[in-house]
Amino acid sequence: MFLKVEQLTKRFGGLTANHNNDLEVHKGHIHAIIGPNGAGKTTFFNLISGFQPPTSGTITFKGTDITGMPPNKIAERGIARTFQTTHLFEKATVLDNVMIGNRLRTQSGFWDAIFRTRRERREEKESLNKAYKVLEFVGLPHLADEPIAGITQEQKKRVAFALALATEPELVLLDEPAAGVNSGETDGLAALIKKMTKRGLTVCLIEHKMAMIMSLADRITVLNQGERIAEGTPKEIQNHPAVIEAYLGGGQPESSRTETV
Amino acid sequence: MDKVMNIRNGVILTFIITLLLPFIVQSQYVLHVVTMALIWAISVYGYNMNVGYVGSLSLAHVGFFAIGAYTLGLLTVKAGWNFWLAFMAALVLSAAIGFLVGLVSFRTKGHFFAIYTMCVGFIIYLIIDKWDSLTGGVRGLIGIPHPAPIGPLTFDTLTSQYYLVLFFLAVTILVAKRLLHSLLGRTFLAVNNSEELARAIGISTRKNQLLSFVISCFFAGLAGALYASFVRFIGPDIASIVLGFEMLMYLIIGGIGTLAGPLVGTLLMVWLTQSLQFLQDSRMVLFGPVLVLLVIFYPQGIVGGITNHWRKRRKRSDLKHSESKLPKQVPSHRVNARR
Ligand SMILES: Nc1ncnc2c1ncn2[C@@H]1O[C@H](COP(=O)(O)OP(=O)(O)OP(=O)(O)O)[C@@H](O)[C@H]1O
Ligand SMILES: [Mg+2]
Repeated sequence: MFLKVEQLTKRFGGLTANHNNDLEVHKGHIHAIIGPNGAGKTTFFNLISGFQPPTSGTITFKGTDITGMPPNKIAERGIARTFQTTHLFEKATVLDNVMIGNRLRTQSGFWDAIFRTRRERREEKESLNKAYKVLEFVGLPHLADEPIAGITQEQKKRVAFALALATEPELVLLDEPAAGVNSGETDGLAALIKKMTKRGLTVCLIEHKMAMIMSLADRITVLNQGERIAEGTPKEIQNHPAVIEAYLGGGQPESSRTETV
Repeated sequence: MDKVMNIRNGVILTFIITLLLPFIVQSQYVLHVVTMALIWAISVYGYNMNVGYVGSLSLAHVGFFAIGAYTLGLLTVKAGWNFWLAFMAALVLSAAIGFLVGLVSFRTKGHFFAIYTMCVGFIIYLIIDKWDSLTGGVRGLIGIPHPAPIGPLTFDTLTSQYYLVLFFLAVTILVAKRLLHSLLGRTFLAVNNSEELARAIGISTRKNQLLSFVISCFFAGLAGALYASFVRFIGPDIASIVLGFEMLMYLIIGGIGTLAGPLVGTLLMVWLTQSLQFLQDSRMVLFGPVLVLLVIFYPQGIVGGITNHWRKRRKRSDLKHSESKLPKQVPSHRVNARR
């Protein structure tokens, strides 16, 4: 199994944000995680990417137990993530943002910097080339020199993708990649996610936009109040009684989120 | 090419002036003050490589300045070491103690890091002040030798000491510049910008914070050792937090995170301090509000403010000439073209 999560539990004091959750993600799939607000989706990503240590349970990535590893080590192993509130290096340009994404694949240290060694120059060039390559991939090479403050929300989302891709991941965790953008832009982002898997990437994403999920996902896991209540193909999920119950009975007033379930 | 005052020419001009300074100014007093200012500048550059690059505010910086000074002083005066051997030891010890302090301190975060390092700084001060039998306590340490000759180069005169300090400052600035424009420098800035995001893209924040802290301690120690051999008398007050805040003030005024900021801030403030000497300690009544205004309106200090201004102007003229712009390619030189 590419990514295998077993009996994962996270408690914050008295609150159980994740309770004995299992997850299996197949290589090359788009695996969606959905659920009402506060269901524990972001926490689930935080556990997988090492930002929070789980209370119990194990996470296995490509056969290696990565439970409890620090986030930078997990990134090195090939898991990249984006954040729910788009996170970028605000004070830098688009290009500088994406260039640093290659840092974990470079070795140059203090002495390389001081003496501008061949390794330093080679790796700088590699980072630059890769930055342009991923900017090309997400469709923003023309914005390379723009400061982050000067681009739109949708472009920021794409830069966040580019930054994640620059780390050369095999698995990408996207936390609400289409939040806060209009429907046309959502389609564009969905196409981009599809394009990622065509390049051999595996994608795990959290999203509230059901239309997007249903057309995009190979499999869907549904969380509610920290527990996995269903898992299956989009079709299975759409007709799953527990899911309908969670969305309609769980006090989710926003009709836009529930209409397609 | 119509601008004569571009950055490169400015740097060259500054360099020539500093090289010729002992011939330009006849007053020994002025040369003495300038030499002191350059020593402070080395320390402030070191400070910047931590506070400005990676963004962790250490308040122990002055403590490492004192460690460098006292290591050199004690090893030459009390242990009778060869000057340059003691000098090296001062640098190594400053960095090594910095490493140990950093190992512990980067388990703390944000404000706690500042408070923790302030405690470390105070402990260093207390050790120097109270360990009478070793450091001489409040009486201080007297009779530190001038730098020993290196081959034909001797350092007994003020002019020669000025050049020695200038040499070390040039090395320090070179390191600061190379660092800023390297992959490591980018990494530091990334950690500074967002620790969380840096971790997400595989950067060990603690390792980088530690490294930048050790680098800053090294240069604090270097400045301290130069100070000790220049002034030849040191007391516990060189470890005082007041001096630490003075260095921080130089940095803030010059421009945190900028390359020229430490030099500009230090020279300007030393000059102001000299000019306003008649005000004595109440000069802070003047500096305080100026500092506050600067932090509010120019958070990147004088240098940052000027650079922003230039950038805006260039952008405006770029827009004017935009019709003649060529399509963009991947310019290989632009790896270095930052700040
Ligand atoms: N660091 C934390 N400390 C304490 N409680 C937390 C922490 N992080 C999350 N929680 C709680 O855990 C629960 C799950 O939060 P989480 O952010 O994982 O939900 P989510 O499914 O991502 O919700 P949303 O759709 O609104 O993003 C919430 O009740 C939240 O308040
Ligand atoms: Mg969330």
